[in-house]
Amino acid sequence: MRLVAIGLVAGVFSAFFGVGGGIVAVPLLILVAAFPERVATATSLLAIAITASAGVVVFALRSEVDVGYAALVGLPATVGSLAGTAWQQRIRTSTLTYCFATLLTAIGVWLLVS
Amino acid sequence: MSASTIVLAILLGISAGLLSGLFGVGGGILFVPTLLALGLTQLEAQGTSLLAILPTVVVGALTQRRYGNLRARSALVLGLGSVVGVEAGARLVTHVPEDLLRKLFGVLLFAVAAQLAVRTWRRRPRYPESS
Repeated sequence: MRLVAIGLVAGVFSAFFGVGGGIVAVPLLILVAAFPERVATATSLLAIAITASAGVVVFALRSEVDVGYAALVGLPATVGSLAGTAWQQRIRTSTLTYCFATLLTAIGVWLLVS
Repeated sequence: MSASTIVLAILLGISAGLLSGLFGVGGGILFVPTLLALGLTQLEAQGTSLLAILPTVVVGALTQRRYGNLRARSALVLGLGSVVGVEAGARLVTHVPEDLLRKLFGVLLFAVAAQLAVRTWRRRPRYPESS
């Protein structure tokens, strides 16, 4: 039930701002659902795959998806993702959490000033 | 498109992937501005970003599964809840003042960041040199 609620909040967030479902889901998984940090990020990734698939269909029906550009940034991103997840295993959990808190604060500032 | 534009787009793509793998986010926060800079409209950039996110998060999730960190059933519940949330959000968006909402979410993120940091600080080892 908590997971459904977290998903709802993350979904509303990304509907309003176009980005950021994971930004909301990861800390809520940690704080509300008591997931360990790495498990929270891993589970968020697969959840995003589901949400993004649904989103792609909606945008594609309105011809607002450019496959070439998606490949141009998305394929290099798989290399980054591979490196990022491997790197994450070597970082202390506390360091990871502090970095994530910094990222959250930066996005919070961006929301407030833009 | 010039060669330097392509190189820059690729570098930003790699950075988005790093961010995604490290923090469990989609990377749209970097994809969307990159695609806008490449000349797509806001809606095209958002749609294209969603497609770029797919291989990024699938590779990340599969890598995490090898490390034993993935809870697939929870992800399914979370993802389906999120699809409903996106649908609800898209209907709400015209009825709620966006400015107020931005500020509320901004404050929410500050609160969450603070709670994460405090919680982690409290859990630090008492004798760091022995850890």
